[in-house]
Amino acid sequence: MFSLIVNGERHKVDAAPDMPLLWVLRDILGLGGTKYGCGQNQCGACTILVDGEAKQSCMLPVGAVSGRRITTIEGLDGAIGKTLIAVWTELDVPQCGFCQSGQILSAAALLRRIPRPTDADIDTAMDGNLCRCGTYNRIRAAVHLAAFRLGGGK
Amino acid sequence: MSPQLNRRDFLVLAAGAGGGLTLAAVTADAAEPGAFAANAFVTIATDGKVTVTVKHLEMGQGVATGLPVLVAEELEVAPAAIRVAFAPANAKLYNNLLWGPTQGTGGSTAMANSWKQLRKAGAAAREMLIEAAARRLRIDRAGLVAIDGEIVHWPTARRLSYGELASDAARLSPPDNPPLKPASEFRLIGKAGVKRPDSKAKSNGSALFGGDIRLPGMVTALVARPPVFGAKLKAFDRSAVLRLPGIVAVVPISSGVAVVGTDFWAARRGRAALKLEWTLPDQRPSSATIRQDFTVLLDQPGKTVRNEGDGALGLELGVTRLNAVYESPYLAHAPMEPLNCLVRLSRDRCEIWAGSQSQTADQARAAKAAGLEPSQVEIHTIHAGGSFGRRANATSDYIVEGVETARAVGAPVRLMWTREDDIAGGCYRPAFVHGFDAALDGGGMPLAWRHRLVGQAIIEGVDALSVEGAANLPYAIPHLQVELHSPKLPIPVLWWRSVGSSHTAFATECFLDELAHAGGKDPLELRRVLLADHPRHLGVLELAAAKAGWGVPLPPGKGRGLAVHESFHSFVAQVAEVKIGPKGEITVERVVCAVDCGVAVTPDVIRAQMEGGIAFGLSAALFGEITIRDGAAEQSNFHDYRCLRMSEMPRIEVHIMDSAAAPTGVGEPGVPPIAPAVCNAIFAATGKRIRRLPIGDRMPE
Repeated sequence: MFSLIVNGERHKVDAAPDMPLLWVLRDILGLGGTKYGCGQNQCGACTILVDGEAKQSCMLPVGAVSGRRITTIEGLDGAIGKTLIAVWTELDVPQCGFCQSGQILSAAALLRRIPRPTDADIDTAMDGNLCRCGTYNRIRAAVHLAAFRLGGGK
Repeated sequence: MSPQLNRRDFLVLAAGAGGGLTLAAVTADAAEPGAFAANAFVTIATDGKVTVTVKHLEMGQGVATGLPVLVAEELEVAPAAIRVAFAPANAKLYNNLLWGPTQGTGGSTAMANSWKQLRKAGAAAREMLIEAAARRLRIDRAGLVAIDGEIVHWPTARRLSYGELASDAARLSPPDNPPLKPASEFRLIGKAGVKRPDSKAKSNGSALFGGDIRLPGMVTALVARPPVFGAKLKAFDRSAVLRLPGIVAVVPISSGVAVVGTDFWAARRGRAALKLEWTLPDQRPSSATIRQDFTVLLDQPGKTVRNEGDGALGLELGVTRLNAVYESPYLAHAPMEPLNCLVRLSRDRCEIWAGSQSQTADQARAAKAAGLEPSQVEIHTIHAGGSFGRRANATSDYIVEGVETARAVGAPVRLMWTREDDIAGGCYRPAFVHGFDAALDGGGMPLAWRHRLVGQAIIEGVDALSVEGAANLPYAIPHLQVELHSPKLPIPVLWWRSVGSSHTAFATECFLDELAHAGGKDPLELRRVLLADHPRHLGVLELAAAKAGWGVPLPPGKGRGLAVHESFHSFVAQVAEVKIGPKGEITVERVVCAVDCGVAVTPDVIRAQMEGGIAFGLSAALFGEITIRDGAAEQSNFHDYRCLRMSEMPRIEVHIMDSAAAPTGVGEPGVPPIAPAVCNAIFAATGKRIRRLPIGDRMPE
């Protein structure tokens, strides 16, 4: 039995300690926004926040995050998260959409750390998030626009 | 809330969560009383809500945006007011008009085959609403016009909303040939500002993909498949698996052994513990031997695909002879969402939730696997997390696995592939070797061109998919031969975004570049001369070259390369700029793309598809390669099947040609030109020819 704090809510989860957090979120808690893409920390589709830091959840044992604050796309409701989702929508970033939850979580962690990131900052922070549809340039534009809006720009 | 749901709840949840996008099929029984179902595509509820049924799979290419615009244009409603519903599997109502009696998505046909159909559907609904208004107001319909969801009588300023008219309109018979707007009156088609209806749901995590839907009692299955292509199951021992927690069943199915668990992790652990014995096939090829065998065939005449002039004479008459061999590897599609489906079976019904790319074929194969009639199989097409051709295949592999497993375990089954299953599982873009023999005349102009292709056929007997882009080479060369060898191998191959053009454009556009340089011509100038009778090729070529600043010198270490290619009746030219670092590091810095796809229905979707096509093609050109060893793929996940990442993405500028021609596809045509454009740019920068893909991220030794 593990105690998890997911999107501000406390959950008691009955799972083997080696079960990756991704599958606890998806198959036990029913939070489908976090996606399975590779299971090997290679694609970033499963990115979530652990205490505000972006982590891939597909190889992260649930036993390692007991009691930590976990944020998924469903709970990304602060100013940064709301702004990111809004600009992603405004710029029509997604194509198939499957990787975008992970992209947005990585972007959220980046903007928390670096409010006005450069292209190089974005590349570094987002390079773990694959997009096979090739939405990278729109993602980059969206991160810059979100940073601008959060800094008070219209 | 856990999205556990039955069918009715599913409809409600999907509509509520989808940011205006409903994922469920609108079926006759689901339509509310009094609603006006004008035809198979347009339904107007009594509250005025317009639902447009999209018969194609939305896999990122934007059909859920572009197709409803065709209806909105004629129906006179705002695209934002439209709810999008994905059509049920129904080959009669929802067939692809370019494919005959088959429903499916591919070959960049969605817009081309819907262009008239959906405008007519919208116009028919509009005419019926006008007629209903005329009868209600007891006036002549001449003074009535449709404006933004209302029928308005100008002279008296009376207005009736579509919702108010829905029940009346439902009782009228649809017109056969409703008038369509002339292009000069388009207010949506070709205009900026149309937004994708699904961006919000795809950004806030609420869009539902196959693996996200849960049914009561649902179990999850993974399949242990042959470790070598063509291997057959001899025996398996499930005892160790059954001792593990969460295991529901271990059952043999036609493709292997399905391990069924309460959740993905249980099934995955179970599959790892399964002991299997396989009978291996005698033929277990490796990449090295395949390459050798293909190369040997280059010296033998193949099946004639095209023959103009006198090839042998042309080659003899030439002043300069050139030979080259170009090679393209096997490639996996690797969509971000690995294959999956959800299946619920009962005695007389089979329900499937999947990002189905070929509903009619999937329906027939699912029926066979379920022991039912195709009409008893209901497919709920949902969003696909990419596909690139993978979900449309000759066996409906993942669908049949889901149905067979559901039949064996008697519970709703979520069938999932892991990334390893996906990368190592076959259905690859076939590897091809291209042999060229060409001659230039004394003025440096191409006189003869002989092109031999060697590679597996995707469909037995259908060579068109192997030679598209090569057989229809547009260049005016007097002696022109194209020949094909289609050796048989046990490696499963499949169409991969842009199909034959994904390798023919690379080979032909690079070799033409070689001819230009050998003849002392500028690659743009040579193409201009050879394409004099191909105005649409020329149009995109000139546009891309002008926007890219073709001819403007670049600093040392940088180069510019050009390619133009027609695929799926769309024309795309790209100019790539590359930088070669001191250690040979290759950076593609900028790509300028011009596209002529006829009427540009939704320009931003076209831009997105060009950006995406370039990224997809560049990923393959730089890194994509499946190698075969002893009958099996050597790659298994993104660590050894490398894909383009953000830091490797070039700046991209997309320019769309003005055109009055009927629209053609954009999902695939952005892919073919990028590999040759980049390789030609590398030549311009370094004088070195890349004739074998992938290039890698450094200059090959």
